[in-house]
Amino acid sequence: MSTTPITPPASAPRSRKPSSAFGVRQLAASLPDAFRKLDPRVLWRNPVMFVVEVGAALTTALAIAQPFLGTAAQTAASPTSLAFIWSIAAWLWLTVLFANMAEAVAEGRGKAQAKSLRESRTSTLANRVASYDAAADAGAENSELQQIASADLTLGDTVVVSAGELIPGDGDIIWGIASVDESAITGESAPVVRESGGDRSAVTGGTRVLSDRIVVRITSRPGETFVDRMIKLVEGASRQKTPNEIALNILLASLTIIFVVVVLIINPIAAYSNAEQSVPVLVALLVCLIPTTIGALLSAIGIAGMDRLVQHNVLAMSGRAVEAAGDVTTLLLDKTGTITYGNRQAAEFAALSGVDAETLATVAAASSLSDPTPEGKSILTLATEQGFTFPTTVDGTVVPFTAQTRMSGVDYADGSSVRKGAGSMVSAWVAESSTLTDAQRAELDAIVTRISQVGGTPLVVARRDTSGVASVLGVVYLKDVVKTGLAERFADLRRMGIRTVMITGDNPLTAKAIAEEAGVDDYLAEATPEDKMDLIRREQRGGNLVAMTGDGTNDAPALAQADVGVAMNTGTSAAKEAGNMVDLDSDPTKLIDIVGIGKQLLITRGSLTTFSIANDVAKYFAIIPAMFVASYPGLAALNFMGLHSPASAILSAVVFNALIIIALIPLSLRGVTYRPGSVSSILGRNLWIYGVGGLIAPFIGIKAIDLVIALIPGF
Amino acid sequence: MNTTLLFVLQLGTLILLLGLVYRPLGDYLAVVYSTQKNLRVERAFYRLIGVNPGSAQTWPVYLRSVLAFSAIGVLALYVVQRTQQILPYSLGLPPVEPSTAWNTAISFVTNTNWQSYSPEATMGYTVQLVGLAVQNFVSAAVGIAVAVALIRGLAARRSSTIGNFWVDLTRGVVRILLPLSVIAAVVLLLSGVIQNLNGFQHVTGLTGATQTIPGGPVASQEAIKELGTNGGGFFNANSAHPFENPNGWTNLFEIFLMLAIPVSLARTFGRIVDDHRQGYAILSAMGIIWIVSAGLLTVLESAGNGTASQLAGGAMEGKETRFGIVGSAIFGTTSTLTSTGAVDSMHDSLTSLGGGLVMINMMLGEVAPGGVGSGLYGILIMAIVAVFVAGLMVGRTPEYLGKKIGAREVKLASMYILITPTLVLAGTALSFAIPAVHDSVVKTSMANPGLHGYSEVLYAFTSAANNNGSAFAGLTASTPWLNTALGVAMLLGRFLPIVFVLALAGSFAAQEKVPTTAGTLPTHRPQFIGLLIGTIVIVSALTYLPVLALGPIAEGLK
Repeated sequence: MSTTPITPPASAPRSRKPSSAFGVRQLAASLPDAFRKLDPRVLWRNPVMFVVEVGAALTTALAIAQPFLGTAAQTAASPTSLAFIWSIAAWLWLTVLFANMAEAVAEGRGKAQAKSLRESRTSTLANRVASYDAAADAGAENSELQQIASADLTLGDTVVVSAGELIPGDGDIIWGIASVDESAITGESAPVVRESGGDRSAVTGGTRVLSDRIVVRITSRPGETFVDRMIKLVEGASRQKTPNEIALNILLASLTIIFVVVVLIINPIAAYSNAEQSVPVLVALLVCLIPTTIGALLSAIGIAGMDRLVQHNVLAMSGRAVEAAGDVTTLLLDKTGTITYGNRQAAEFAALSGVDAETLATVAAASSLSDPTPEGKSILTLATEQGFTFPTTVDGTVVPFTAQTRMSGVDYADGSSVRKGAGSMVSAWVAESSTLTDAQRAELDAIVTRISQVGGTPLVVARRDTSGVASVLGVVYLKDVVKTGLAERFADLRRMGIRTVMITGDNPLTAKAIAEEAGVDDYLAEATPEDKMDLIRREQRGGNLVAMTGDGTNDAPALAQADVGVAMNTGTSAAKEAGNMVDLDSDPTKLIDIVGIGKQLLITRGSLTTFSIANDVAKYFAIIPAMFVASYPGLAALNFMGLHSPASAILSAVVFNALIIIALIPLSLRGVTYRPGSVSSILGRNLWIYGVGGLIAPFIGIKAIDLVIALIPGF
Repeated sequence: MNTTLLFVLQLGTLILLLGLVYRPLGDYLAVVYSTQKNLRVERAFYRLIGVNPGSAQTWPVYLRSVLAFSAIGVLALYVVQRTQQILPYSLGLPPVEPSTAWNTAISFVTNTNWQSYSPEATMGYTVQLVGLAVQNFVSAAVGIAVAVALIRGLAARRSSTIGNFWVDLTRGVVRILLPLSVIAAVVLLLSGVIQNLNGFQHVTGLTGATQTIPGGPVASQEAIKELGTNGGGFFNANSAHPFENPNGWTNLFEIFLMLAIPVSLARTFGRIVDDHRQGYAILSAMGIIWIVSAGLLTVLESAGNGTASQLAGGAMEGKETRFGIVGSAIFGTTSTLTSTGAVDSMHDSLTSLGGGLVMINMMLGEVAPGGVGSGLYGILIMAIVAVFVAGLMVGRTPEYLGKKIGAREVKLASMYILITPTLVLAGTALSFAIPAVHDSVVKTSMANPGLHGYSEVLYAFTSAANNNGSAFAGLTASTPWLNTALGVAMLLGRFLPIVFVLALAGSFAAQEKVPTTAGTLPTHRPQFIGLLIGTIVIVSALTYLPVLALGPIAEGLK
């Protein structure tokens, strides 16, 4: 039995640190792709740039034909020299090329990542269990194994993977436990434990088993594995236009149509005044007016947005999800791990009167023996620290904690049992066979309230003896530690109009104390998965967009229902399937970053659109006087930039129009700076920089270019 | 009195008057279009036409009702004009010539009131009263109805309907336009506007020359002409005629009438969407454009062109001395910023840049405050475009009043914005591009050669496509080409935008409202008002600069 990796494993963890460095090297590398994208069949998808390409082709044709037409073509009132036409043609081609380069550079960054992912994919051999029988031979120790290529594995196949082998495909562990090196996917070199059952059973194809032996049921079809999807995503191959991008494209196309009309009607009217323009001049005007800047950068901005997520080790299954992240108005945050450090520590045994501390401590410890959670372990630690002794083996059935019962314990062989858990659930369990006296109930409530009010988690401990009489022994105080710096982040979110809701299984009092300490807007206490689902539906009915994180199988419906569902990579495949993003670091706090990235994507699009449209004003002031000054000398008054000649003015506008694309590529890849703040301040800032700046910048740019062009003979 | 003081006083009076009616009239309009109660006369009318006033329409049904009603209006008006010789009170006038009749029918149904003819010499009293006056009322009511439908769409949640057109139309006429125009007519009558059925009076003057003095039911026509932003004059000279507009006070009152409903609709809007601040924001954008434009025109006309006008204290050619520069400038600005198109001075005689400015007023899309209804829906469309770009800049899917601006909404708003400029530009260009038409336009229609003649044509298409109706009076528009082409421009310029507005209303009505949070782009603050004005100005400036450069700008910078 062996699984032979044909290619060397991806050993070193890959760095996903933002590589915003953008230089000549990247531009040069993107050139071949940029030329390939000149194909009109590809370009027509971008109507703005397609118009530029048609204009470029037309001008080139005219430049070629000019010498053969003699003086016939030179009757127009505007510049018609051959050098001028060739210059316009050349710069129009460059405009298209620059736009293609922007897209190619954005795609190029993903390609490097895709390459290393691809190395971990293909050509693994898998040990398929010929006929798996879970009951008779769960570990597939005696079953017949077939060696097949991993690419041939299909949904439902069962494979065996041993230490040192690559896992051949995505799946769930159905038998065994193993430590797995997932660095190929997550970049994180420390191995993680994966085991059958529970929420840590999912394994990803291409990761390596370091110890032990596991049986895995394949859960993905060939070509649709997690790695396959990841490759497609980072390459941008499966990129579809997002709703806002479609809307923006419509606006840009409409502006383009208006300007085509504006330019088409110039000559019929100008002919009346004997101010007819040559075709290259009209093409130049058209290209300067249509929103080429944003048209050129739009898809690069989208690709770069996905890429920024990847740099944060988050995989979005669609661009739509990234955009939705920017729109989120309600964030559901699990308390544990997100708001608090997760590991609550037992801090005190509070026994009811008539119960001695030792009884409480030993029962609590006994019920925690088979409880693998840090909380359970901390109870054992506290009991030991306080000098209590307790048996170290369990003689009975372990009742594990579930989200529905919210308690755990042991049913002993002698008929007695112990439980610890949420107050309401344990009380209900006690009430099944016995009733508490009012005094006991009052005392219990007092303790629970005291602990809850300080933000602790009260864990009620109860015992049912062999005769079936149940009693509450006391309460374990679990201390919850809120992460530092969260309050400020939530305040930021509030100013952005995002409400934070803390989800916890704790009782309302505990939840309230922690919610206040952390600064969240609301909380959902004693939450079952159904409550969570209801909350999401309720928020959505009110028109809110909801984001949440989750990892368990029981989170899957809520993850699917939420507008942005971020599944933790450590979670089950059901959760990963249901969510529309996967966080490879499994850090629920990252939800806040994801929202920021979504907003930044939209802001970048909006800002560059504003910039692009504002630019038109200056271009008009360059081109309109240049076109008509020969017929109406009075229009020279509009040429307040003092541009050298009509030919140089028009060419300067075209050159500026092309160069601004290159100049803005880094910005579109990096994204417009986004600082959480009030909407008015964000809008004000961007209006100043990209609106007013967009009005002024081209005046300076065109004048500067004109100063250079004026030096060229013939202009 | 010096010009500045006069300007401030006149504008101040208008603002005061408008301030007085803004809340009561706006709120009254909101009640009229929201209440479930019907008047007896309305119920009788609903029974007559077989409409259930309680049933609301989806947007396609609402649209079909608008189009069907307007089509019948065009047909009826055409027939009345073509058969006027057999109608009473025809004053002995012959049937109206077909191309003029078609142009006029469209013109009045589209609330344009472009007149390619001389009314007192073409239309008898029956045509004026039964044909034109009826359309003055109903075309205005259609405009308000469409605007109210859009407001309802913005205010609704998950609704498939946007109101009932027949109810909106009836209430607009019965409860708003009729009573208001009666009051306005009485005021005008008391101020010296004539109202009779005297026909033509032939008198012999002191010098022995005979004159024919027309009479007519002018005051009643004048009231609805301004109130419904129609603008079709009883006389060819329109509001420059002393029988229509006898003095400075009536001049100011007529300006007020043009503004009353379009301005108050901002209040109605705020009230129905349950946020008065939104109404004030729209009002502010409208007001700022109006004040700045009126001020600019006053400055340009006061400065005049050349020495003759400077000696006269301003460009007085084509202006009435009883109104002066200021009265004429504010009237001209208001008439072109609303879709009225009435004139108390000849726009052909404005200074070159002044003439360009009144053209720009119309090119802004007539949104400050615009025609009755059409002004409000026009500025709301611009607000949607402004919100779209600005909304992206704050990192949210853009939304206006809790309604998301998605691909469908942007598509409809873009189409709306595309229509009018395309009609203006294509119409003007075709007038020069088609050889046979070129001859007719240049040799017959244009009163002036060169740049000014071209401006007359550009003005005509701008006025028609924007449903304004005013003219650079020098143009002879009763040629087959201009009658036809301007008719098409008016028709498409009115009803295609209405198609998109109603589609938007339907699309908004179906949406759930997104709750307002701190992350929502506020659309009531000065920041947004500035953005809205900027969007309106930039969009039209970018579209029209080249054609303006070849006309008024080239002429003005000579």
